[in-house]
Amino acid sequence: MPAIPSHVPEPSRTDPALIRNFCIIAHIDHGKSTLADRMLQLTGVVEQRQMRAQYLDRMDIERERGITIKSQAVRLPWAPSHDKDATHILNMIDTPGHVDFTYEVSRSLAACEGTILLVDAAQGIEAQTLANLYLAMENDLTIIPVLNKIDLPAAQPEKFAEELANLVGCDPDDVLKVSAKTGLGVDALLDKVVAEIPAPVGVKDAPARAMIFDSVYDSYRGVVTYVRVIDGQLNKRERIRMMSTGATHELLEIGTNSPEMLAADGLGVGEVGYLITGVKDVRQSKVGDTVTSQHKGAEEALGGYKDPRPMVFSGLYPLDGSDYPLLREALDKLQLNDAALVYEPETSAALGFGFRVGFLGLLHLDVIRERLEREFNLDLIATAPNVVYRVIMEDGTEHTVTNPSEFPEGKIDEVYEPVVRATILAPTEFIGSIMELCQTRRGTLLGMDYLSEDRVEIRYTLPLAEIVFDFFDQLKSKTRGYASLDYEPTGEQTSSLVKVDILLHGDKVDAFSAITHKDQAYAYGVRLVAKLKELIPRQAFEVPVQAAIGSRVIARETIRAIRKDVLAKCYGGDISRKRKLLEKQKEGKKRMKMVGSVEVPQEAFIAVLSSDDSAGSGKGKK
Amino acid sequence: MPSALPDGEPVPADGALPASALAGAADRPLGFYLHVPYCATRCGYCDFNTYTATELRGTGGVLASRDNYADTLVDEVRLARKVLGDDPREVRTVFVGGGTPTLLAAGDLVRMLGAIRDEFGLAPDAEITTEANPESVDPAYLATLREGGFNRISFGMQSAKQHVLKILDRTHTPGRPEACVAEARGAGFDHVNLDLIYGTPGESDDDWRASLDAALGAGPDHVSAYALIVEEGTQLARRIRRGEVPMTDDDVHADRYLIAEETLAAAGYDWYEVSNWATSEAGRCLHNELYWRGADWWGAGPGAHSHVGGVRWWNVKHPGAYAGALAAGKSPGAGREILTDEDRRVERILLELRLREGVSLSLLREAGLAASRRAVSEGLLEDGPYGEGRAVLTLRGRLLADAVVRDLVD
Repeated sequence: MPAIPSHVPEPSRTDPALIRNFCIIAHIDHGKSTLADRMLQLTGVVEQRQMRAQYLDRMDIERERGITIKSQAVRLPWAPSHDKDATHILNMIDTPGHVDFTYEVSRSLAACEGTILLVDAAQGIEAQTLANLYLAMENDLTIIPVLNKIDLPAAQPEKFAEELANLVGCDPDDVLKVSAKTGLGVDALLDKVVAEIPAPVGVKDAPARAMIFDSVYDSYRGVVTYVRVIDGQLNKRERIRMMSTGATHELLEIGTNSPEMLAADGLGVGEVGYLITGVKDVRQSKVGDTVTSQHKGAEEALGGYKDPRPMVFSGLYPLDGSDYPLLREALDKLQLNDAALVYEPETSAALGFGFRVGFLGLLHLDVIRERLEREFNLDLIATAPNVVYRVIMEDGTEHTVTNPSEFPEGKIDEVYEPVVRATILAPTEFIGSIMELCQTRRGTLLGMDYLSEDRVEIRYTLPLAEIVFDFFDQLKSKTRGYASLDYEPTGEQTSSLVKVDILLHGDKVDAFSAITHKDQAYAYGVRLVAKLKELIPRQAFEVPVQAAIGSRVIARETIRAIRKDVLAKCYGGDISRKRKLLEKQKEGKKRMKMVGSVEVPQEAFIAVLSSDDSAGSGKGKK
Repeated sequence: MPSALPDGEPVPADGALPASALAGAADRPLGFYLHVPYCATRCGYCDFNTYTATELRGTGGVLASRDNYADTLVDEVRLARKVLGDDPREVRTVFVGGGTPTLLAAGDLVRMLGAIRDEFGLAPDAEITTEANPESVDPAYLATLREGGFNRISFGMQSAKQHVLKILDRTHTPGRPEACVAEARGAGFDHVNLDLIYGTPGESDDDWRASLDAALGAGPDHVSAYALIVEEGTQLARRIRRGEVPMTDDDVHADRYLIAEETLAAAGYDWYEVSNWATSEAGRCLHNELYWRGADWWGAGPGAHSHVGGVRWWNVKHPGAYAGALAAGKSPGAGREILTDEDRRVERILLELRLREGVSLSLLREAGLAASRRAVSEGLLEDGPYGEGRAVLTLRGRLLADAVVRDLVD
């Protein structure tokens, strides 16, 4: 257990030359949290006995699923082994590790001068990591390539050091080899951070400008905003201004994390810490925004700020209609901590009252849904995720469609759908099946590069709608789990899209409407109609199940009328049992949703919606 | 009587009933059900409370045997007398069921009936029925029963087809039940019933027609026809799960029911309950009508259910535990429920709707009435009686009775 170094510089009085701001780019399961744990121990900020695994991941879901949703920053004192008297301040900025949060990642990267590129020595680099690496390179960050888990028997450090060296442009020998689990090589890594990552440069006497790279709602303290000071200094108790909105707040507290919050007098050039202003909603303290002093503040904000834009929508409905107010309350609460979460009430003839909720992507959707169910005890039906369409009518009017059932009728001129640039990394043996999958999903090949002899990077333009539709699951199964995927929105394209409606006994079931490419409409219709026939119990009358485009029926099945529903025997000893059975059946009937005159069990909705729901997002753990 | 007992509150040790149960009792008929929990072999489809062992040891070392079973049952009849106190009613019906009642000596059955006669008195026109296995009766046995006061007998025929009987594990030979009808007539029984089962795996429409024809040829005045219910936990359920015998489709059951109705109606048998047909009003089973019309009955024997004035209770299942309770002078009741007004309303709807006379619309609430109007328009309830304030099932409605009940109780 190393002692905390002497003469640790204090916040607001730290020479920028002694500061190193860095983050860790890593694929899920490649050991980022474990490495962070080792750093906390080695620098002495967390005592051995208080140590717990994945110390920095606060939410249960994060720890369980091993993903980091919200980032944090920790101030670590470190005296490098070559100069024990010069205690440096290392600010480790944790980054979210998923494609849905690319914008948040980019802001975290913008707060750093360097990054540790952490790769599993048994698996090599993955698409997500590669995407973030490119992002870091675009931000001119110094890259320290590191192979982790070199203690594993399956580790191939030489092979993957070669791969990393090719990507980063360094010598394979410069790739550090560590075991975050045992701590091997971690001190050398910290030394290297000090030696190679540049110190922050800023104008000390300029008006304060600090960039928000994260904003977290805490039920006791209100919103905690994480900033990196670029120029000038922020001091305690001064009034600050958010430059995107012009809103001003009193600075109730300013400080750093070590790793618990510790108040300070202020934060100077290059420093990283937190602000508390008493605001209750993270949308008042947005990631990417610039914080300045109210008095003699900066004129010009730092670049790079974007409003979060939802890419994927899904209807969320409480299973029990009386839970609707609870769902609203829960969404309100989650929004306090999630500026990217948007929702509007909507009514479905089939599912009742619910919300159309917009998400950054599929993981975001999954995480929100899981939190609603777990933290708020809600049972939900989620409609299949869909993207946003822009529909131009022949008369020139334009509709933005976030719910397939609202796809306009009438003469349509053009339909635009969002497209993404997808990057897939996989062993070369799977090139064929990956290209086949992308082709059937209306992809256009952009290019292909070999990362090493047996690993390849394939780039495609794909409609986002195809990705939200079980793409990742398919990719995983076609590549035996070896492929990794990353994508970023690149705009929109016109496509031949149609709305397929599902009709039960002639009544449209809005929850099952979908927008598909016209070539795929028939297959979708046939599949859904067959599945519904299987899931909907026979009724007192014959029920036709149809799929239709407009008024044209493209698929049909018939649920035959039930002919027998009567118990043969009902004598003295059967009566209590029969009455209790009746009570149970009445309960079951309550859980049926009436679609027109047809009783549809909720299980049918869940089964139909969830099997198409490419929850691959969550399962994916990319 | 299915073997699984419902949940309920405990029955007092002396079996006492709340005062509410006996209020207005004089206006309701009183019947007795006597359960005989013994069978020679266990049939694969049966989940009734019955045992093939002749001796079963209960708690406290009390021996419950087939030989002293009648004495034990007589003890419960005497307990019933105590519990019902000075209830002046004579008994209108007695029904001995099982199990296989005819595994007991005919004298035992007569002795059990005698206890009821002694304690309560039998109404002059009382209906006294026993179930009987075609293989365990002969003319002498039947004569003893008749002399002892029995006037109705019900034979478990099930099917006329050997391969169907085999799936059901029934041991009698085809033709024997029909012969029994003649023997019973010869012994002087006024009323004879044959029980039939349809929809057994492997049975064809023609097999079923043949069974109906054989039954009708014997000339009983009553026929019960039941769709085979595959109960969880039975041998047959296991065989179906293992794929050894096929499961019968509900549509096949519906077809067979229609065949039964057609054949029986053509032969002069009118339905009076979903699964029961009789040649005349007099041929109906009065005892079963007590169940369906909310009358009072005392069910004696292990696992037997009783109902008196809105209180339902049921005895412990095991013959040993049953005998033990009575030997200790305690009620063998295992649990009971006191019905709320709403429970009784629901029960009346679900029971009376199964009858030819149907259920009075005055029992329905607003939503139930709306549902009944829909049921008429969908052809599930008869138009004519509806205009006179009664919900009566059509033929198609009989097959969907449970669905109709679910809507009507709203």
